[in-house]
Formats: sequence, structure tokens, C-alpha cells
Amino acid sequence: MSTEIKDIISASKELGWVLEPEAKRLCSLAGLTVPRFLWTTGVDEAVRFAQEIGYPVVAKVVSPHVLHKSDVGGVVVGISSGEKLQEAFHRFSEFEGFAGMLVEEMLSGIELIAGAKVDYQFGPVILLGIGGTGVEIYRDITMRMAPLKEKDVESMVRSLKAHQLLEGYRGSEPVNLKELTRMLVAFSDLVMEIEGLIESIDLNPVLCSSRRCVITDARIMLKAEKAPNAPESELSLRLPHF
Amino acid sequence: MNLQPLFKPKTMAVIGVSLTNNRHPANVIYHKNHLRYPVKVFPVNPRGGVLQGERVFTHISEIPEKIDLAVIAVRAEYVPVILSDCVQSGVGAAAVISGGFAESGQKDLQDRIVAIAQEASFPFVGPNCLGIYSPAHMDTFFLPSERMVRPDPGNVALVSQSGGILVDQMIKFAEEGVGLSRAVSIGNKALINELDFLNYFAQDTETKVIAFYVEGFGNRDGRDFVLAASRCPKPVIVLKAGKSVGGSRAVSSHTASLAGDYETFSTILSQYGVVEAKNEFEMVTFCESLSCYQQSIEGNLGIVTGSGGHGALAVDVCSIHGLSVPSLPEQAQHEIRENLSSSAQPIASVANPVDLTGSAIDDDFVFAISYLSRRPEIDCIVVLLLPYLPGITSDLGARLSQVYYQEGKPLVAYVPHVEKYRIFIEGFEINRIPVSPSIEGAVLLAEAMRRSKPF
Repeated sequence: MSTEIKDIISASKELGWVLEPEAKRLCSLAGLTVPRFLWTTGVDEAVRFAQEIGYPVVAKVVSPHVLHKSDVGGVVVGISSGEKLQEAFHRFSEFEGFAGMLVEEMLSGIELIAGAKVDYQFGPVILLGIGGTGVEIYRDITMRMAPLKEKDVESMVRSLKAHQLLEGYRGSEPVNLKELTRMLVAFSDLVMEIEGLIESIDLNPVLCSSRRCVITDARIMLKAEKAPNAPESELSLRLPHF
Repeated sequence: MNLQPLFKPKTMAVIGVSLTNNRHPANVIYHKNHLRYPVKVFPVNPRGGVLQGERVFTHISEIPEKIDLAVIAVRAEYVPVILSDCVQSGVGAAAVISGGFAESGQKDLQDRIVAIAQEASFPFVGPNCLGIYSPAHMDTFFLPSERMVRPDPGNVALVSQSGGILVDQMIKFAEEGVGLSRAVSIGNKALINELDFLNYFAQDTETKVIAFYVEGFGNRDGRDFVLAASRCPKPVIVLKAGKSVGGSRAVSSHTASLAGDYETFSTILSQYGVVEAKNEFEMVTFCESLSCYQQSIEGNLGIVTGSGGHGALAVDVCSIHGLSVPSLPEQAQHEIRENLSSSAQPIASVANPVDLTGSAIDDDFVFAISYLSRRPEIDCIVVLLLPYLPGITSDLGARLSQVYYQEGKPLVAYVPHVEKYRIFIEGFEINRIPVSPSIEGAVLLAEAMRRSKPF
């Protein structure tokens, strides 16, 4: 494991999860594609960066108190000017535990979720599904035991109900399956490496287009210091004690 | 560890027999084996004495012969000492029937017996279990002999975390004519777990299908289990209980919420071609099917029926399970019709399902099934047999079975299970063609083979 990845995780241990900008840096270190982004506490720097990458941009709040950003209005998409960006910055700075703002390029594509969890019975498991904020409504997901092989990704895509959306539905371009495969296999390799330290990971959404697959948000939940033992099943037929 | 003494002991000690209470579980076990199975049985109780004319040994070391299997049915707190005695006396293996370990909070006591056994590489099944029923060898279930329902000897091994479910499955096997090779109740599976039995039965020449009732695997044991199952050339079936357990736990990520314990369990089983039975009905049906056919199919069914309604209901069940019923090309339909009897020919529907109608005769069924067996787009045939049709005879089950032996394409059947139609059912079953008492069950016989195909 690279020392940089290890450092990011150990620095986040107390919080229990990895702040988004750090989670993205971790992904990037693992060879996964993330958008161009800046994490800053200075509003001028934010505006300069937005000009550099070009509007529209996305702005998100960074705070150890905010795990679910969308739920509290901590994400603004489609920001088209410096004024709008400053406005977002000032609003975010009122958030409890404000630790800066994340500015990143705005991308398009089909929203997928790539996830991982360390299952009590099966160890590391990789999930792929239709992502976005509606992920728990659609529940269109599939899983495989990690590590993934390239051929696993193909069968995972096939087993999604919405697989046609990925294969180019009614004139839309198909997503780049090769890139998706590369991303998921690299993600699975990362998970195998850090499985002892994590509880679960959401890469959601992953924006997949005909060109590439970019992780636009990452949530890495770390394993609690002292993992509670899963309770043993109590369902067995009780036999008489002699 | 050598598990052989658990299944084929020549000598057996039953430790904990009572001299005053003949209904004590140890006494039941002693009596059901003594002079009833080809195993020499020795009763043990520290007080010694005589049990129905036989000497009761006060200690395992007193027995003049080497003991292959010790059945331990004493109070939990005495088990560690007795297990050590067994190790010292060179016993081959033990079944610890006693409860009172991890299942009732006595994890330390359980850890102690595991440590004793591990140090000596001494295999024991349990504790808190019924132990083993090994047809034609011995039976450690403490259930009175006359209350047991024993399936015919066969090739399915059953391994269960629950003794009650195991005994129930045996009853269902007997009802459905599914043959059993071994039955193991693993209880707390403190030392030997599902994986050990999977590996053992993978080598057991009398076993061709390995079926498990699982409440939950230990930490990471599921991973080892599916990897071993995917290497095992024999079909592996799992019925999981506690599907909703853990569903209500608060989780902080979408993945943890979506990938619940059971969803993960179920998906990973199919990833590795382990056949998941969703309920006890599927369990017995899948065991029946895979005991006849140890192979997997894509799930493209040919359906042959004597009634349009039966065909339609079967297609409904197929669509629920994602099985396909491909329609036949014009030419094939034409060829089928050409060869039907004059009574069925003008009215039969030959697209798939092939409905031979109530006017069908034996030859129509034989031809249609032979023909479908040769079609490349079909990998399994479901015959829905209505024994009350006037044109068919009681030979039909046996005749259709012969088609399978000639063509080699899996054939499964539906026949209503009433005594009157027994000869139809036997015509199939004697020839190892699985038969279900329901249309849905017949489709599930095919579904079993599809589920054994890894993603």
C-alpha cells in the first residue's frame, strides 16, 4: 500500500470517514479517474480555479460534520459565474465545522454507483449499480466477491435491469465498457489492499460516458477501532441439555 | 483431519447412557444401533452396571476394542474431560450431542473443547447437534427408531445447522422419493463446519449432490465455502434462513444499505454456481433434480403437455424464474405435426409448448420429446403428463425415460401424485427421471440445473 494512501486513512481515523477531497486524492493515487478539483478555504482562489477550468463548475461543502452533503444543501451544480461561486462559498462557510469548499469541473454521463463493503461472511464485496441520489429507490444493483476479474465486470453490467442504458439505448451513446472495466478492476484492487481498514465505500456518482468513467464523489467509511463481533445466530433448534 | 470414522465406524461408544432412565437420549442412541446396524456398540457410564444384559463400561479406556466413534451425550461441563479421555484412548472421532455451549452463552466451555480437539487433530461434530445418520452404517440421532422417517438410500448428502430442519428434510425426501447418502446435524459447528463437510463429501463416492441448511457462516467462512464449492464437481445446494436478519441495522453508506447480508449471500452464491434454494420446497425439489442430473443448463425449455392450460401455467412459472421457452421454427413445427397420430395431428399446437391435446397417444409423447431432445435451441424438456387421458397407457413414464437414455437431454416430469397414478410416477423414478407433484415443481426441477450455472 502506498504510504500516501496509508497516511490519508490514518489521518481520518478519528473522524471515522475520509473527507471528500482526501477520498478523491486516495482514488486518484489508486489509478482511478476523478474530476479536476480544488479544495480551498479562500474564495479568491476558488474563483481563479473556476476560471482556469472553465464554467460551469460544481461546488461542495467540506466539513467533518457533513457526511451527506446533498441532504443539507451542501452541493451546488451548474455554477456559471464568479458571483454565483462566491455566493455558494459564503453560504457554505456558515456550515458547522466548515473546512473549505471543493470546486470541480462539471461532467456529464450516466450516473453509476461503484461500492465496496467488507462482509462478515464473505469478506470484501464489490457492488455496481445505477447511481445518483435515487440509488436506494431504484435498487438496481449487483455484487461480486472481490477481487474482480475483467470478465466479472461484463457479467455485472449484464445483470443490471438498466443494462440497456449502458449499452446505448435509443440513439444514446454507450458507455465506455473498457474504461468501466478498468475502473472497477482498479477499484477492486484498491479494496483488496485496504480491506482491513475500511467498512464500506461509495463511489457515487461515477459519471460514465462514451469516453471515460469519472468518480465525482467518494465516501470511505473506516472500520471502527474495535470491530464489534457479529452476533452468532440464535435460530438453531435448541436441543435438550443433558 | 480424517472424518471417515464419523460416517463408517466399525465400533462405537455411547457415553452417558442412563441405568435408570431408558428414554435418556444416550439410551435411545445405544438401542437404535445395538444389533440393528453393522457397528459394535459399547455403553459407557462412570457408575458401570448392566444395561439390558450388556456390560456398561465405566470409562472409555476400559473398552477392549479400539473405538472409531464416540457419541457423547453427557452434561456440558463433563464434555472437556470426556473428550480428553477419547483422545487419550485413541478414539477416531466424536459426535458431541450435548447442548449447553455457545448457544446458551457458554462460549468459553466450547472454546475449551475445540482447543482439546485441535491440539490432537481429533475431529468432532457439534456440540448441540443430532450428529450423523449414515444409512446402512449407524445413526446417532436421539430420536426413537420407530418415529424416524428414513428416505431411500441415494446420493444426496444433507448438512444442517438445525437438527429439526434436517429431520424434516429427510421426511420430505422420503415423500418425494429422493435418496439420501448421509445426513449430518452440525449444531454449533465449533470445530468442523460446512467447508469441512463440503470437502469430505466432494470425495465421498456415495454422494453426488451436497445440500446445506445454513443460518449463517462464520467470519469469512462464506468466502472459503463458495470458492471450494466452485471447484467441487458435484452440485452444491444451500438453503439460507434468516433472510431478513440485519436488514434493520442503521448504515451510513448506500453500499452497506443496498448490499445487505442476505442480498450479498444470495448474489455471491450465484456468482459461484452454488444453487440457492429459497425455501424448503425448492430445497427438496432441487435435491431431487440434481440427484438425477449433475449438470447445468442455460434454461431454454421445451414443454410437452396434454393440456393447453398446463402448458400456459408452466410458461408462467418459467417467466417468473427467467427461464425461456423458445418457439420452434416453422419447419420444426411442421415436422412435429407430420409425425403425430391422426387423432392429435389436426388439433395439436406445436410451437412450444407442444400441446398434444387430450387426444394424444403414447407415440405422440415419445415422438415430440425425442424430437425436442434433438433441437439445439432447447436444453431441457418438461413433460406435463395427464395420466387420465384416454389415449395414453401406463407404460408412458417408462417409455419416456428411455427417450432420455437415447437422447441424453435432461427430462423432468409432472404427474399428479395420487396412488392411482403410481405406475406412471414409478416409470420415471425407477429410471432416475425426476417427477414433481405440481406444475411449478416440474419447472423448478429444470430451474435447479440453471441455478447451478455460475454467472
